[in-house]
Amino acid sequence: MTFTRRSFATTMLAGAAMIPAMARAQDGQPPRINITGTIEAMPIAVPAFIDEGGAGDLARNLASVVSSDLDGTGFFRTIAQNAYISRIQGFDGAISYEDWRTINARVLVVGAVSASGDRITVKFRAYDVSNGQQLEGAAMQFAGTRAGWRRMAHKVADVVYSKITGEGGYFDSRVVYVSESGPKNARLKRLAVMDYDGANVQYLTDSSSIVLAPRFSPSGDRLLYTSYETGFPRITLMNMSNLSRQTLAEQPGTMTFAPRFSPDGSSVVFSLERGGNTDIYKMNLSSGQTQQLTNAPSIETAPCYSPDGSRIVFESDRTGGSQIYIMGAGGGEGQRISGGAGRNSTPVWSPRGDLIAFTKQHQGRFHIGVMRTDGSEERLLTSSFLDEGPTWAPNGRVIMFTRETEGGGGQASLWSVDITGRNLKQIPTEGAASDPAWSPLLP
Amino acid sequence: MSFMPKALLLLASLGLAACQNPDRYGSGDGGAGGPGGAGGSGYIDTNGLGDPSDPRSIAYFNQTVGDRVLFLVDQSTVSDQGRQILNGQANWLNQNPGYAIIIEGHADEQGTREYNLALGARRAASVQQYLLSQGVAGTRMRTISYGKERPIEVCSTESCYSKNRRAVTVLSVGAGS
Repeated sequence: MTFTRRSFATTMLAGAAMIPAMARAQDGQPPRINITGTIEAMPIAVPAFIDEGGAGDLARNLASVVSSDLDGTGFFRTIAQNAYISRIQGFDGAISYEDWRTINARVLVVGAVSASGDRITVKFRAYDVSNGQQLEGAAMQFAGTRAGWRRMAHKVADVVYSKITGEGGYFDSRVVYVSESGPKNARLKRLAVMDYDGANVQYLTDSSSIVLAPRFSPSGDRLLYTSYETGFPRITLMNMSNLSRQTLAEQPGTMTFAPRFSPDGSSVVFSLERGGNTDIYKMNLSSGQTQQLTNAPSIETAPCYSPDGSRIVFESDRTGGSQIYIMGAGGGEGQRISGGAGRNSTPVWSPRGDLIAFTKQHQGRFHIGVMRTDGSEERLLTSSFLDEGPTWAPNGRVIMFTRETEGGGGQASLWSVDITGRNLKQIPTEGAASDPAWSPLLP
Repeated sequence: MSFMPKALLLLASLGLAACQNPDRYGSGDGGAGGPGGAGGSGYIDTNGLGDPSDPRSIAYFNQTVGDRVLFLVDQSTVSDQGRQILNGQANWLNQNPGYAIIIEGHADEQGTREYNLALGARRAASVQQYLLSQGVAGTRMRTISYGKERPIEVCSTESCYSKNRRAVTVLSVGAGS
């Protein structure tokens, strides 16, 4: 799917916006959420998009996905459609700001959609209601196939979210995960991929072999995961365009697992077990050349590169329970960063580079936490019988993870939480699900 | 060298099928499930395990010699009791050279997926090392870890966890060939 996008906003609408803007100049501030402070959800209005021909249900559905994306962050609250006083008559029509102020909307999103055969065109503008003007830069147009309509809605929401929070967007992204079925002692697992919000599920493998912990390549075009397809755990590389797959790092008598791409996508860092001892290795994907990065009798696993590729964070049980260490990308012993109580494992570097998400196990409970890269300011975001395996949204703001319930009927599900610990929620999936991995923001 | 899980061994011995690339977990009843595993197995011809009173039978190995050893939390050291079982396994294997083994290492659910895979491998290797020290040829042995993927007991208490922290010796054909 391809999108053409262009900013078309600045030349239109200038006359209509000027007078109200000046009249309320003392308000001054554009709508802005400072997401480091205490947050009161910002009320917004997202009327059904205008049908400019052949759009049908899309006009309403687009608005509904935009609302759902924004509401889902916990930073916004969409005002119910039946409270709206004004109807949006046309995409270029004047905005009756007073009507939107009356219902307390801070931001108004106006969209339009037209369809011709399988092609649809979506455009939108967002308005700063208080100041009676268009939100600068919050306007865009997309064209693509009808099947890609949800992506267009996600892109609209990403622009609005970015403008108001100052953070990068993350709605137009996918999540690969393991879909689970069957009883706990004979679980069937297969790879699946979905939109970040659980829609558009596509299965990538059947459930004839155990598959674990998929990871996206930095451009989202390939996956790495651990598969038992050969009879033994092996790293597998899948091409997303045709779902072809190949086994990597095949060395008889060894087990390979916990793979992740380097930030440039050219190599893989992973764990290799030989004779009961697990160390971290790196493999160049074009040459197949393998290099050992750690050499210790303890378990070294769950490696993850820093976004600039210069360092690798990993876990090791060299002092007893698992703790988190950082080494240079060339390998070495590493420097321990995790302190405090319990066992700390599965470190994952934030795409922003500032934080490391991890799994903590302490006093019979599991937690997802974040810490700075020097181990300071550890903050636990969740607590349950079993939470594990964090993955970062492309903007480094939200973490998704696996939560498994207790006992014989225990089931895994996917959850997300903001890095402040707010907005914990379950991601809807068809059945049980585990091991999520977030894609980069789609192009 | 060929390693085959028990279910396939049985099929092969019945002249039905053979497979070069067996699906290890699909046949998990022979290893991960094993005797006493939840629900037993629906499709293995139990007669194919042989007469449990015949000391040369697979059934005898599984039930009387003992096909598994258990471990403490996060540990991979074989206990005294475990060593007794492994002594029996080594004797049996030395007397029955026609079999190879796959040692399956497992962990309970208290731990992350990656760590438990590594821990299961450590447990399997620890059994392999001990059997090696008791004269079982390295060429007859192979290890695999299932981490926490294949518990035999499903409750979330120590009574189940203690049975899930295990290494299971699964017999197969093709010893050292």
